[in-house]
Amino acid sequence: MPRFSPGDRVHIEDLGKPGHIRIPWYVRHKDGAIERYCGSYPNPEDLAYARRGQPSVDLYRVRLRQIDLWPDYAGQAQDTLDIEVYDHWLSPAEGSS
Amino acid sequence: MTMRGSRFVSHPADEQPVIEGHEGAEYYDLMTAATRELLIERGFLEQAEIDAVVAKLEAPRAEWGALIVARAWLDIAFKTRLLADGVAAAAELGFSIKEAQLVVVENTANLHNLIVCTLCSCYPRSLLGQPPWWYISKTYRARAVREPRQVLKELGLEIPPDVELRVHDSNADMRYLVLPMRPDGTDELDEAALAALVTRDAMIGAALAGRESRQALGGDASGS
Repeated sequence: MPRFSPGDRVHIEDLGKPGHIRIPWYVRHKDGAIERYCGSYPNPEDLAYARRGQPSVDLYRVRLRQIDLWPDYAGQAQDTLDIEVYDHWLSPAEGSS
Repeated sequence: MTMRGSRFVSHPADEQPVIEGHEGAEYYDLMTAATRELLIERGFLEQAEIDAVVAKLEAPRAEWGALIVARAWLDIAFKTRLLADGVAAAAELGFSIKEAQLVVVENTANLHNLIVCTLCSCYPRSLLGQPPWWYISKTYRARAVREPRQVLKELGLEIPPDVELRVHDSNADMRYLVLPMRPDGTDELDEAALAALVTRDAMIGAALAGRESRQALGGDASGS
């Protein structure tokens, strides 16, 4: 049972881990909303070291507003960015139930 | 250079900007060739086996994706299935997508989608083949998330201010295909003629169907 559902507000953590990390700097510490649940996949942070990536981890697509990502964003206010985030990098956004 | 220990703790303000370059490429080209020759010489591998793998890698092409797009334009039920499950819908047309999932995102009058892989160069290669040079350039990867409207403008595509621009960072297990809008005045065209309008760039979101992009980006891009 995935922890989050589409529409849930989430916060992308900065786990400060070294290695083969799939969560780029620019989305860390940012809030967005779950766009969809993508399924469960072997953990790439583990696979990169020739391990089996088990237990597999839930993957979501998170939608963020560009103006939340870049304070000086030069595009339009309605512009968005979708990115895949593994469950252990997510927490419920502050103020969401 | 950033000190090794501090690299992952904070994002240093003085970090060197990303610069495209070929430094090191010759070394790895040479090492690859030397390793291949040694493996063949020692009898671990035959040239024919290498050729077969390369041929398999090079077989997929943008035209395959274009056929999927054309079918989606003509068959609304297929389009619905394609948007729900890209891999399954592609399989209906005989295309076997090896990546985990194909997320198909539809352009509309109100929404334009653009695909990038900021961390490396993830791309639906088993369907579309190899990505264009600019897609794997560090310039595109950095700028497509930071100033996507400007990047598209440089590629010859101006997104109207009232349209939402949505960038998809292909950073993990999904792969992406943009379903472009069907060009006006194509009501009479059959599937093959429609597919001919769908370029590789249109399926990345860097162009509109039926129009070529300029394929030129500012910045440090020098190709690879």
